[in-house]
Amino acid sequence: MSTREGEIVQFDNVGLRYGTDREVLSNVTFSLYSGRFYFLTGASGAGKTSLLKLLYLAQRPSRGAIRMFGRDVITLPRDQLPSFRRRMGVVFQDFRLVDHLSAFDNVALPLRVSGVREADLREPVADMLEWVGLAHRAEARPATLSGGEQQRVAIARAVIGRPEILIADEPTGNVDPEMAVKLLRLFEALNRLGTTVVVATHDVQLLRKVPDSLIMRLSKGMLADPTGALRYPPRREGTVGESA
Amino acid sequence: MKRPPALANAVDRGLAPFRGRRAAGLLPQARLGGPMPWVIAIMVALTVVAAGGALALSNMVSTASGDLAGSATVQIIEPDAGQRAAQVEAVQEVLAQDPAVEGFRVVPEEDIAELLEPWLGTGEEVEAVPLPALVDVELRDGAGRDDYARLEAAMREVAPRARIDAQSDWLAPVLSALSALKWMALALILMLGFVGAAAVWLAARNALGGNRKTIEVVHLLGGSDDQVARIFQRSILLDAIIGGVLGFVAGVLAMSLLARQFAALQSGMVAGGTLTAMDWVLIALVPLFAIAIAVYTARMTVLSSLRKSL
Ligand SMILES: Nc1ncnc2c1ncn2[C@@H]1O[C@H](COP(=O)(O)OP(=O)(O)O)[C@@H](O)[C@H]1O
Ligand SMILES: [Mg+2]
Repeated sequence: MSTREGEIVQFDNVGLRYGTDREVLSNVTFSLYSGRFYFLTGASGAGKTSLLKLLYLAQRPSRGAIRMFGRDVITLPRDQLPSFRRRMGVVFQDFRLVDHLSAFDNVALPLRVSGVREADLREPVADMLEWVGLAHRAEARPATLSGGEQQRVAIARAVIGRPEILIADEPTGNVDPEMAVKLLRLFEALNRLGTTVVVATHDVQLLRKVPDSLIMRLSKGMLADPTGALRYPPRREGTVGESA
Repeated sequence: MKRPPALANAVDRGLAPFRGRRAAGLLPQARLGGPMPWVIAIMVALTVVAAGGALALSNMVSTASGDLAGSATVQIIEPDAGQRAAQVEAVQEVLAQDPAVEGFRVVPEEDIAELLEPWLGTGEEVEAVPLPALVDVELRDGAGRDDYARLEAAMREVAPRARIDAQSDWLAPVLSALSALKWMALALILMLGFVGAAAVWLAARNALGGNRKTIEVVHLLGGSDDQVARIFQRSILLDAIIGGVLGFVAGVLAMSLLARQFAALQSGMVAGGTLTAMDWVLIALVPLFAIAIAVYTARMTVLSSLRKSL
């Protein structure tokens, strides 16, 4: 499996089963290209979260091959995984905020894990909280935040490290349609700065809100790619690789 | 919509360690806390006492056997004072000529009377009780059973009532009992170390379980095993230092109380059991070892548990 220009993720005939059950994902083959905006859709239980877990290296596939950033991540030694994870930002379906840390400290966590000095992270974290409209809630614990506010903290934490790829699992699941659109605009803004975005959602209304997006549809663990766009994406002018 | 803040310059993607107050604050329950400092304190106190005891016994055994190895006593139990004096003279001649004898001293009669005073009392009637004559003999290094036999035979010829006793003979069982105690104390120290490590292992696993969600998040955000292990190491280090210091103080107090009790016995043998400066250095190592074992055990527990995840 060779890596083509701009290809940052390659799945080749990937299968996943939990324990001895039937396969939750079967023969999943696709590539993600740098700088694109992807939606992953499918009914509840179709395997979206499972596919994303493979992407953010929380789960090993039962079979098949996965390459990320040009490296085979399945045979990668364990001690090299952290540096791969630091190149991604993840918005978990259940947020996974750290309960006893303030919104500020939750957002700062990826930077601290990466070894950014305290003096260097105050400003970016404060800016990021302001950007998601939570500057006034910086010292609040997650439990005192509304569902939508928690979701925005989770998003801020996912993007604070300027990841090369942003992976978001149902990031609009807990907010009203108006906020959903606002959050999508946020992802698009990030995408325009060069971050590849993958958003899993069962809400088909959302897909139309990002005109240039590519759509991956999961159905009972099989990935449909009717137009072949996932393997051979159409050219898009002036966006791929654009930087700030 | 505002542009997202530019962060690229602030993010160093190196694997710099995540430590200090911030890292410790990440896991509020990572303090093994609870009974852990006390368990460590008790372990350290018991180990200090056992180590102090083992070292004192060891010193006692080597001092006593060194003192006694080369000495013997000749006893002449003869009721007739004239006969007794003659035999003492004869024995002295034999001792002076024997090659195994380094030196000897006839114990003065007053000293013997003083030695026996607690049993016999003082006064006129005691004069009537015949005292044995005693000669302390110092033998050359390496004198053995053969020399005793030859000496005894030679003395018997001139002084039929003379008997020679090697002081180490009657002390031998005492010395071997003390040695056995010393080994038992060492075994006890090993077991204490093992039980202490097991207690830390349990506590670390418990703390790990209580923080599983947070650890998983740190892990998925790119935290390395080493970073997570350091957080636990740091917290158990605090517990272990508290426990180690408490235990050391308690152990040393207990030991000095015991030492005072034994000193009150005023036995020459117990006096041989005092601790040297080197012994104190070894005892001071006990809490340091306990801290090292605790931190190492916590680290290994966390690492082996993390290796089970991807
Ligand atoms: N950890 C797990 N163990 C066993 N089965 C699981 C696990 N996670 C998900 N599944 C099963 O895998 C299937 C796909 O789930 P999921 O990936 O969460 O789908 P989606 O995110 O599209 O709703 C479901 O049938 C679900 O029950
Ligand atoms: Mg899901």
